[in-house]
Amino acid sequence: MNIIQMPALMLGQMIKNREISAVEAAQAYLAQIEAKEKSLHGFVTVDRDGALARARAAQQAIEDGTLTGPLAGVPCAVKDNIMTEGLLTTCGSRMLNSFVPAFSAEAVHRLEKAGAVILGKTNMDEFAMGSTSETSAYGPVRNPWNTDHVPGGSSGGSAAAAASCECAFALGSDTGGSIRQPSGFCGVTGLKPTYGTVSRYGLVAYASSLDQIGPVARNVPDCAAVLEAIASYDAKDSTSMKRDAYDFTESLRDDVQDLRIGIPSDYLEGGKDGVTGLSDDVRKAVLSAAETLKERGARVEEFQLNYVRYAVPAYYIIADAEASSNLARYDGTKYGYRTGSYDDLHSLYKRTRSEGFGAEVKRRIMLGSFVLSSGYYDAYYLKALKVKALIKKAFDDAFSRYDVILAPSAPTTAPRLGESLSDPLAMYLSDIYTVSANLAGLPGICLPCGFDSKGLPIGLQMLGDCFMEKKIIRAAYTFEKSRGPIDYSRCSREEAAS
Amino acid sequence: MHRRYDILEKSKGERTMDHRISDETMEYVGILAKLEQSDAERETARNDMEKMLDYVDMLNELDTDGIQPMSHVFPVSNVFRDDVVTNGDGRGETLKNADWIKDDMFKVPRTIGQ
Amino acid sequence: MKEREYETVIGLEVHVELATRTKIFCGCTTEFGGKPNSHTCPVCTGMPGSLPVLNRQVVEYAMAVGLALNCEISRCCKFDRKNYFYPDNPQNYQISQLYEPICRNGRIEIETGDVTKTVRIHEIHMEEDAGKLIHDEWEECSLVDYNRSGVPLIEIVSEPDMRDAAEVIAYLEKLRLIIQYLGASDCKLQEGSMRADVNLSVRERGASLLGTRTEMKNLNSFKAITRAISGERDRQIELLEDGKEVIQDTRRWDDNKERSYPMRSKEDAQDYRYFPEPDLPPVMISEEWINAVKKRQPELRTEKMARYQKEYGLSEYDAQIITGTKRLADLFEETAKLCGNPKKAANWIMGETLYLLKENHMDPEDASFSPAYLACLIDMTESGVINGAAAKQAFAEIFLHNTDPVVFVDTHGLRIERNDDTLRSLVQKVLDENPQAIADYQAGKKKAIGFLVGQTMKATGGKAAPGDVNRILSELLFSHKPL
Repeated sequence: MNIIQMPALMLGQMIKNREISAVEAAQAYLAQIEAKEKSLHGFVTVDRDGALARARAAQQAIEDGTLTGPLAGVPCAVKDNIMTEGLLTTCGSRMLNSFVPAFSAEAVHRLEKAGAVILGKTNMDEFAMGSTSETSAYGPVRNPWNTDHVPGGSSGGSAAAAASCECAFALGSDTGGSIRQPSGFCGVTGLKPTYGTVSRYGLVAYASSLDQIGPVARNVPDCAAVLEAIASYDAKDSTSMKRDAYDFTESLRDDVQDLRIGIPSDYLEGGKDGVTGLSDDVRKAVLSAAETLKERGARVEEFQLNYVRYAVPAYYIIADAEASSNLARYDGTKYGYRTGSYDDLHSLYKRTRSEGFGAEVKRRIMLGSFVLSSGYYDAYYLKALKVKALIKKAFDDAFSRYDVILAPSAPTTAPRLGESLSDPLAMYLSDIYTVSANLAGLPGICLPCGFDSKGLPIGLQMLGDCFMEKKIIRAAYTFEKSRGPIDYSRCSREEAAS
Repeated sequence: MHRRYDILEKSKGERTMDHRISDETMEYVGILAKLEQSDAERETARNDMEKMLDYVDMLNELDTDGIQPMSHVFPVSNVFRDDVVTNGDGRGETLKNADWIKDDMFKVPRTIGQ
Repeated sequence: MKEREYETVIGLEVHVELATRTKIFCGCTTEFGGKPNSHTCPVCTGMPGSLPVLNRQVVEYAMAVGLALNCEISRCCKFDRKNYFYPDNPQNYQISQLYEPICRNGRIEIETGDVTKTVRIHEIHMEEDAGKLIHDEWEECSLVDYNRSGVPLIEIVSEPDMRDAAEVIAYLEKLRLIIQYLGASDCKLQEGSMRADVNLSVRERGASLLGTRTEMKNLNSFKAITRAISGERDRQIELLEDGKEVIQDTRRWDDNKERSYPMRSKEDAQDYRYFPEPDLPPVMISEEWINAVKKRQPELRTEKMARYQKEYGLSEYDAQIITGTKRLADLFEETAKLCGNPKKAANWIMGETLYLLKENHMDPEDASFSPAYLACLIDMTESGVINGAAAKQAFAEIFLHNTDPVVFVDTHGLRIERNDDTLRSLVQKVLDENPQAIADYQAGKKKAIGFLVGQTMKATGGKAAPGDVNRILSELLFSHKPL
């Protein structure tokens, strides 16, 4: 197996054993990036010199014994809405086209402490708003399995980079499914932790009450190891939770005998009243995965979750409202893009923002401002917060009976490029399986469970109760062991005829 | 400032309400959001917003009487810092990403009093 | 004529900068001055990815002020975002409290003349201050300094219970006194650590409904407040008399032009879209915490006044003057403790100190001399080391430059001559030079002794104790041979 195809932990082990050096690993990945970027565009910034310097430093620290962790020297990528000191951070937007942070996110600090080597910043939907990574001001990302298709979003760059072996693993962010859905579309493994598990300090806020940073990798153990490295209590983040335990890799056990797994029947309805839009391919694959887990000894059954159809509208009201406020700071006065000509203060604001933001971001800011405005706050925002409470209660009830909830990561496999943005509402509806976890603060992991007739990956999602990452990691690990490894060579090789 | 927001109310039990958003409302929201649109863009923006509002109105099907709005998902409270100075001279970091600086301050168009 | 027909209804929103060491949501210093944008960090400048963390001391000061104003302290208070665009507001939202402020339903007693009145406090909430905007003189632009951004504020909102400028001033002075006593802020109107926005409406006397109110800002002194109240009242009455409506708006008072201008344009929607701040969890305040804050509460003015009368034997009048500001009271008490002479200490505070403050256009809070030096000065005066005039001179130095009085007295040779022999020969010299006075004295003209005392004092350059001079003079005259 060549360097770039190794799972992160395997590479880390080989580096530790001095069989491979951190510099070699970085060089191999940088070469892969060069080979694949033209067709994928998974990166906004590739920091070649910085990466090699970091690799040399990591190697030195490994040799003198100060870096001993499993990810030391392992090359990775960071989504471009996560602050990296000294390295351009654009959030996929023209608005921050020249923004160089003066500090790094806490999660990035922790990765660096673990000795991981950052190769660059991955492309994404602008300000994390989108499900296809087509709204980036720097051009769309393409799905490595079929470059006519989207990789999903908003962490499409991270997922595509991981799948095409442009990095050993990547960090993404998830507000309504932005780690999980692209992981499903790109056939990689992505995890959104329980809200408050990974510090949000340094994550450019989209919807503060829903955002979390999480790992994207090519298998479950890598994901668990990265989560273990970046999760921590952070006093700089007032919503940070002090967890009892951070040893997530402890749960990498091939065993589901004690697990009760529930599949919401209201997730599986498709077709007729159009709530889920679930395709047959995906339904079959998910049910087949359920069978696999059953064979391994888990108790699997269907149940009624309730409130399923209301999750997406509640999510969009809350997320867009918070976003309209979080994005107000981008006004051309302190940093970022500024319009060329303006008459006065208000025209400076309006023109800067109208020119600096793309259509989807503007759409959400408009809606968010509206639902918070005088006269509408109670009917929309407050109402949505009440529905959020109902949805949380529904999950509390479900998790009193089940350890893991099984679901698709999306109703379909990856759509073609250019098909989704013309009907935003339809695009929003496809978030049906992922938004609830953000509303309720739950952890969720997505991993590949098959391919459709076109060879596009199908994603399986496992949701756990709050603070129950270990259970879903164990379930995912067990499934992965039965499923067998995924062959990423199809999407990591040099371009032949696509 | 007054704004019209017409709702065609259908009989109770039916899900959809048509939202027609006036020009004034679009302009008003534009002022709140500090966004402006060309005439062509405004039509699309209006349609998008109307469709979205029709869609999210679905939440009215749910009886939420007596439900407390849930802002924070976990019952955390009392997260504090001590009143101790931990930051030094932040000038460099604060100013580094702006081109429009004078005397170490951000330059903006003239504001009318405070 | 109109004065009798219309009643003015006034409510106040007072912003007070709290005297914490650091800002409300970050560890930047709140120290005044500092080069522009040097007291900043990603949090108080709205950098992407930054997050707020609440300063516990802010909560405690807010609780202390609330308790002193007889408010109910909220058991669970929350923060909300107030959204509006302005360059001094780095995130274009301000973290404040709308829905569940920390204190509610308080009251404060004010005195105007002989009349005592209760003004109700609607609520007190915590919020962050904005940066400063400076209007550039050379270019058509403004400049933003974020040093002040994030400084903690409490906003004290009164009910519209005041009826004229005198009541407003009395309210502000009372608030200031209480808050200074708590040490929560230095409440200086001119420096902006206390800012008052006046909400004013008029209505015909006897009417029960409130008129439309306007809000006035940029009132930097009591004089400006008084002028603004009268100006706005007249403006509103004129509108109503003309059959026009008062439009609710926010106005900026220009004290130089003595008129107000509407501040908001169409582009300032004033729709703040308040929603709960997702980055900050609620603050739960327990009975224990309230009691702890209560216990730590420093003595308030009324208590101090009573204690000074009891412990130091001050008159009510004197106690009232001295406790007029906490700084004066502290100076008095420290001095009194050190020299053991409260009466003298009180005299120096009420007399020379207040005089010098006035002469130098200073606020009592600016008095920064050492009570130890004043105590020393009092000791020296009482033990006759220096006389009254010398003491005054020395005190001016202590007051202005905090000079050690012992050093000053010696450098300027102000010590009183106490040596009997030296005095005796000086007095003898005076007697020798003034035989006529001796003759007058012996002839029964008692006034002559006064003349001789005066001459002696002159001869000593004022550095003799009158008592000593009198004694020695009497002795020498008594034993003088008849002329």
